Amino acid sequence: MKVTIVGAGPAGLYLAILLRKLDPSHDVNVLERNPPDATFGWGVVFSEETLGALSEADHATYLDITDTFARWDRIDINYGDRTMRSRGHAFSAISRKVLLAILQRRCRDLEVDLRFGVEVDDPQHLAGETDLLVGGDGANSIVRHSSEAALGTSVTPLGCKYVWFGTDLVLDAFTFVFKETKHGLVHAHAYPFDESTSTWIVECPEHTWREAGFDRMNEAESLAFCEEVFRDELRGHRLMSNRSIWTNFLEVKNESWHDRNIVLLGDAAHTAHFSIGSGTKLAMEDSIALANAFIRRDTIERALVDYELERQPAVDRFQQAARDSAEYFERVERQADMPPVQFAFNLVTRSGRISHANLMLRDPSFVRVLDAWFSAHAGATELRRGALAPPPMFVPLGVRSLELSNRVVRTGRDQAALVEAARSGAGLVLSDFTAVSSDGRTTPDCPVLAEDVDGTEWVSMIDAAHGYGARVAIQLGHAGRRGATESRDRGIDLPLRAGGWPLLSASPLPYTPMSLRPKEMDDADMERVRGAFASAAQRCNAVGADAVELNFAQGYLVGSFLSPLTNRRADGFGGSPEARLRFPLSVLEAVRFAAGDRVVIVRLSITDWAARGLHADEAIAIARQMGDSGADMIHVVAGQTIAGGSPEYRRGFLTSLAARVRAEARIPTLVGGYLTTPNEINTIVGAGRADLCLLEVIASDLEAAMDEEQQATRATTAR
Amino acid sequence: MNVGVGLPNTIPDTPGNLMIEWARRADAGPFSSVAALDRLAYESVDPFAVLAAATAATQRVRVATMVAVGPLWNTAQLVKQAMSVDELSGGRLTLGLAVGARHDDYEAAGLDPRTRGRRLDEQLVYLRNGGDGHRGLSPRSGIELLVGGASGSAFARAARYADGYAHGGGPPRAFESAASRALAAWSDLGRPGRPRLWGQGYFALGDTERGNAYLRDYYSFTGPFAEKIVAGNLTSPRAIKDFIRGYEEAGCDELVLLPTVADIEQLDRLIEAIDR
Repeated sequence: MKVTIVGAGPAGLYLAILLRKLDPSHDVNVLERNPPDATFGWGVVFSEETLGALSEADHATYLDITDTFARWDRIDINYGDRTMRSRGHAFSAISRKVLLAILQRRCRDLEVDLRFGVEVDDPQHLAGETDLLVGGDGANSIVRHSSEAALGTSVTPLGCKYVWFGTDLVLDAFTFVFKETKHGLVHAHAYPFDESTSTWIVECPEHTWREAGFDRMNEAESLAFCEEVFRDELRGHRLMSNRSIWTNFLEVKNESWHDRNIVLLGDAAHTAHFSIGSGTKLAMEDSIALANAFIRRDTIERALVDYELERQPAVDRFQQAARDSAEYFERVERQADMPPVQFAFNLVTRSGRISHANLMLRDPSFVRVLDAWFSAHAGATELRRGALAPPPMFVPLGVRSLELSNRVVRTGRDQAALVEAARSGAGLVLSDFTAVSSDGRTTPDCPVLAEDVDGTEWVSMIDAAHGYGARVAIQLGHAGRRGATESRDRGIDLPLRAGGWPLLSASPLPYTPMSLRPKEMDDADMERVRGAFASAAQRCNAVGADAVELNFAQGYLVGSFLSPLTNRRADGFGGSPEARLRFPLSVLEAVRFAAGDRVVIVRLSITDWAARGLHADEAIAIARQMGDSGADMIHVVAGQTIAGGSPEYRRGFLTSLAARVRAEARIPTLVGGYLTTPNEINTIVGAGRADLCLLEVIASDLEAAMDEEQQATRATTAR
Repeated sequence: MNVGVGLPNTIPDTPGNLMIEWARRADAGPFSSVAALDRLAYESVDPFAVLAAATAATQRVRVATMVAVGPLWNTAQLVKQAMSVDELSGGRLTLGLAVGARHDDYEAAGLDPRTRGRRLDEQLVYLRNGGDGHRGLSPRSGIELLVGGASGSAFARAARYADGYAHGGGPPRAFESAASRALAAWSDLGRPGRPRLWGQGYFALGDTERGNAYLRDYYSFTGPFAEKIVAGNLTSPRAIKDFIRGYEEAGCDELVLLPTVADIEQLDRLIEAIDR
């Protein structure tokens, strides 16, 4: 097979080595436009796992590479005037230049035809002259550009502005430095890669970058500026430039990684934000998978399909983690006042690849200290050296008059289910949607808690829940244009076939094309609904509830005022963000007054997931206003404002929104989003992304065995 | 987990009586359902027609569309079709619906694909609630509805209107990730209980190249993606066993194995592979 590889980066060279090893009859040539010793960038990072793969794929290069490695197992976080350390993160790095030299040497030993200084301008023509054309030519791949339509390429900017320097300071850990400057927070990602040099990447959000004047500086000026910012941490050492220019990270994705006999490798196929340090690792793993695909498959097409099937899902996961990490750094300035231990835990768990549970294995002391700090910070225990404490999920929370024994919230569809939720250990049980008036019901069987409801069922449920140590929040709402629908067993938002009632909304727009058209609320309606919310809140007090949750979200009545998609009013209650907030805030204020010292939680959609709808920035401003007007906590949800949005469902899909509300609106948050494990809750709560988590427990076969055992015990005891 | 089998109604040149014989043997075999695919602008038998025929040849198995491209039909006609098959089968219909990915089908039907999401929503509401006062267009409330698709709105649609989610195929890991999105949507919309989760996979036991050629042709509209579907074709009893185990572990309720070669021996070999 004749293989032409464009680009002599790590991925291209490594593929050439592996293919020649696999079958010396392969005719492999590598075309590189730069000279052999020109290289940009400083050090590259590998994980232990990657090293295992490299050792198996080509032991000779593995030995050379590991000979010159810088290794560490620590992450140092310089933040404020402290350094926090986390251990157990085994990583290695190597100078990119040395890595390329090793790979080039091995290529020559294996008689790969290496040609430097060759510019490829017509990849399609080249593809016609070879059996396999490999695009290993980086994020701005010429090979990819020539087949872009067939490959389905997308390129999206991500994260902060950044610049890649080196330094002669030799670090002994992966080091994050966060520096408050008068222009804003600037951070560095730094790690050693040989005996005399470290990589030192500087980044900051675009507004800080402009504020600092980086956009007007030349290379030398910006280097000098960064040296000054990090003077203390550089300890008298200097930064070094190597075509170090500020840029935006571009995330490259391709629907297909091959087109006929053209295939992409490494950055040409996909890029992952540098803050998870995986670019070279992913590229070399691509090379291994592509070479291996030729062991099993006789045709090029099948080998390329196998390669894609193996690599795409793995790379997708890294790209997701990298996006989460990039987003973290883009917004980290808003968390700059987080207590140091929590700041460190939040940083370490930012991409979702490290959680409370696996950090417990990597660095047990870190987790012990985090847990002890968290518990003490919540006022549950004393902060002492050597202190032990339960994990964050089991730490009590006090908000206003509400004292919860743990951070777990569970819901129940009816009174019996709520008692069961309390009995199974939740600190807070949250009722299903409960209407403040009978015309505010979602379905005919939706509970109502109005003035004329006697509430004895509520009282006995709440007494029972209290007996099990749980607190109870009643979710109050008015269905608005989502009212008068069939029971939820068969579906949501199915208009009632018979026995419906007139609907209200901010504007007369039906929820789905099949829904009833609501009436646009007038002043009298607003007065009545506000009154109904206030008296329902009083009823909540009377039946003994510990908190009320106001559903101002998801397209229900009050929520319909907040979004420009559903509020088209021309009066003082529509138009500007302030006007859209007027009615919702007046309801909150009435409830705040009626609730006395009881906790008021407000449920808000933090994004509509729809074009021209509410986005996080505006919704977070709304959350802040709610806090200023007496809300004690925000229950973060998203979407459902209109039926036709484009929701982004995955496990924990609401977590990053909750973290933003908590950090930026400065208010406690409750979050769900299909969280099913204690580990997720420990991570979210411990990292300060939310204060309470809605848990959905998945049934286990083991519980069936447990039931049998319990029955057997009972039978024995009875005998 | 239940295992169902597809009918060869979209494999070109399949004689009609073979489809019926296929359904008969499936009913006598270890399967819990027979399923039909839907494609308008392709040599194939209409899914409702083949399922109607299958109901006459079967007593036990569910008859399913996996999936039908709902928006290609006028809503009342789609509802009538579904009600008819459900009636003929004695309530054994599972109706899987999706918007479909093939613009040529919409072109053939003279429809604008841009309105397909909205049309499917209307159809689902109609299927649940019946028509507005028209006689004979109120389906039995128990017709099991599934929605397929990979977008966020497809997951929301399944949770909002249907009984479950129909996955479009792939390795167990891909199914698992889609299933967790379906469960997240279900919980987000506040549906009680859990969605029924259906999966699917292609097989060819013997005559692999014929099966692969069919898949390449059937999926040619996806461009290079067709080869990935070919690579996923299950071509050995062991691959089938592993696939079934993987789907079961991933939480699938009903896995439908779809033929790629329309020979009755394929069904015999599949039964043998499952029983072994």
